[in-house]
Amino acid sequence: MSLAGDAIRPLDEPGTVRAQQQEVPVTNDSTAEASARPSPQDAVPAVRGVQTLSMAKAITAGLREALRTDEKVLLMGEDIGPLGGVFRVTEGLQAEFGDRRVLDTPLAESGIVGTAIGLAMRGYRPVIEIQFDGFIFPAFDQITTQLSRINLRHGGGMPMPIVIRVPYGGHIGSIEHHQESPEAYFAHTPGLRVVSPSNPHDAYWMIQEAIASNDPVLYFEPKSRYWPKGPVDLDHAGIPLHESRIVRQGTDVTVVGHGAMVATLLQAADIAAGEGTSLEVVDLRSLSPIDYGPLLESVHRTGRLVVAQEAYGNVSVGSEIAATVAERAFYSLEAPVLRVSGFDTPFPPAALETEYLPSPDRVLEAVDRALAF
Amino acid sequence: MPARERDFTVPTVQLLTPEGQLRPSAEAEPYLHLVEALDDATLEQFYRDMVTSRRLDVAGANLQRQGQLALWVPSHGQEAAQVGSARASRPQDHLFPSYREHIVGIIRGLDPVAILSLLRGATLGGWDPAENGNFHLYTLVLASQTLHATGYAMGLQFDGAAGTGDPESDAAVLVYYGDGSTSQGDASEALVFAASYRTPEVFFVQNNQWAISVPVSRQSPSPLALRGSGFGMPSVQIDGNDVLASYAVTRQSLEEARAGEGPSFIEAVTYRMGAHTTADDPTKYRTQDEVDLWTTRDPITRYRTWLEGRGASAAFFDEVDAEAQDFAADVRRRALELPSPTRETIFEHVYHEPHPLMAEQYAWLDRFERSLDGSDA
Repeated sequence: MSLAGDAIRPLDEPGTVRAQQQEVPVTNDSTAEASARPSPQDAVPAVRGVQTLSMAKAITAGLREALRTDEKVLLMGEDIGPLGGVFRVTEGLQAEFGDRRVLDTPLAESGIVGTAIGLAMRGYRPVIEIQFDGFIFPAFDQITTQLSRINLRHGGGMPMPIVIRVPYGGHIGSIEHHQESPEAYFAHTPGLRVVSPSNPHDAYWMIQEAIASNDPVLYFEPKSRYWPKGPVDLDHAGIPLHESRIVRQGTDVTVVGHGAMVATLLQAADIAAGEGTSLEVVDLRSLSPIDYGPLLESVHRTGRLVVAQEAYGNVSVGSEIAATVAERAFYSLEAPVLRVSGFDTPFPPAALETEYLPSPDRVLEAVDRALAF
Repeated sequence: MPARERDFTVPTVQLLTPEGQLRPSAEAEPYLHLVEALDDATLEQFYRDMVTSRRLDVAGANLQRQGQLALWVPSHGQEAAQVGSARASRPQDHLFPSYREHIVGIIRGLDPVAILSLLRGATLGGWDPAENGNFHLYTLVLASQTLHATGYAMGLQFDGAAGTGDPESDAAVLVYYGDGSTSQGDASEALVFAASYRTPEVFFVQNNQWAISVPVSRQSPSPLALRGSGFGMPSVQIDGNDVLASYAVTRQSLEEARAGEGPSFIEAVTYRMGAHTTADDPTKYRTQDEVDLWTTRDPITRYRTWLEGRGASAAFFDEVDAEAQDFAADVRRRALELPSPTRETIFEHVYHEPHPLMAEQYAWLDRFERSLDGSDA
């Protein structure tokens, strides 16, 4: 069963990122760039308009904008001052805004989040950088038992406008605790919002929207997408923070993912197209709350869904999507919702990461299984 | 090879002996003038506060035994530490409690029914610190609040709200925790951040000797007072059962913090005379001899002896007892009248901004419950 008459979201409105994205091939071209340092010509422009930026520099630009427009915005993190962070995302910001706006903190993640809570109680809007995905856990208690509940505990009178930026995910060939995808822990926690951009334009706008939110937002930055450049429309945000988006239209199977996985899905869609299979690609963008609208619309049309993620599959965001789509689109489904995930093991030594991480081929294997039903 | 230093003893600031004599220890001499500056009304208020706290403990424990509270957290024995420190604060200061500082909240203007509401399972806290003397919410995950307090103090400093030299406006933070909490990582991280940013802040540790059933000796082989100096801030051990020492040392520390001289640390050596909470049975882990010893050091008895020596009348003590009795009875009555929370409170403030799951799940629960009780008809 399909609802072919259902309208889908327009993909080519002028001024939206979707239109620009079509001009920029999003392919898995990041392998070499991922390990490269940012080049000086990456410097953030002073003029508005559509700029070509890496995601890292798009986030820098978004942070600069937030620091510039709201004096209560503070950046906190390890090595984010003169060094500019290990990924150079805060490069130049301490020099520009001073060490009372951009704080090199002691090396203690729980301390960073806990003191950010106190600063938020005082009216500040702290933006925290966690150095790597695997280092967020010392702060897990402050995030899940304190930050997520402070407003509720106060009966609504104590908003916690704190953003926690987390560089995450694999494909960078690094050592243990540097390639992980811990987003499900936080999507599972009431009181938190969790988002992840897949491209520079979204990264620029979503960081500013996250900072403007009065709720705590976990902002997961896909490390492997830090350096590929793409268009950033500095004047038009596009869709709101918690909306998902169809980034490639197709008719046979819907594939959905977030962060770096979106590039993998687009690659898979290119390959599938060559084989005569049309994939529709959905960029989730928000993991909590999840915007099921575009996804369900798509599944109503295609009847098949593959969910892809770098994270462990067991009790994951993908599991939640599979369950929810099964509940809400049961009569549209021609096949069970299939998941393509990292395996349920710790992230392996980097020499094995290409086998561990979902690849276009792994996505297409699931697509084939979905089509075989 | 020279012997390594193993003597970690530190001097204790004590103004009032357990027998109720004002005989300052050598370390207490510099603080004596702060006590001498207090008028009779203030000195009497310290006593009134301590008796109120002890009377509230009786009411709270009774309510729990009668099934009206999930839990009561007694302060019996720790009244001097709490009252002296709280009375040392100024209105503009911010106080971050753990969960045993009921009288501190009352001194700051909090209606204790808000605390009973939390312990009754009607709220998760719910008071607005700004409207209750900057007395922040109880935090039940040990030492979490030490970081919130330190962050708040960083904010005071960034805002220029401390260190201007104006005692009427300069503010500081006073954060309470216990000997058990000092073992939490957050407690150490808070000291690191406070020292790094030179926050206007006083760390006030009530060492009541027991972290539920584990003695302080298992938490630390050296006096907790050394924790502060280890992190680079002035650190003092006080007799926590001496309300005058608690007042004077906290007063001095807060003044230094407000003046921009950075954070400091106080270990108040006291004793939890009762159980950790009403869910606890202290006879299983400590001796009656120990309890008897600390009974001789009781904070209220010694202070009363001293006040009597200064000429306070029997009528004063009778009046305080009656007031405390009335206060506790009133709190009890109002606690029993607390309404049950409504089901929308499960959802309504989980997020500050609209959230689709909250709206959806509340609507579902409301429909479901109404279908059960027939109110949907």
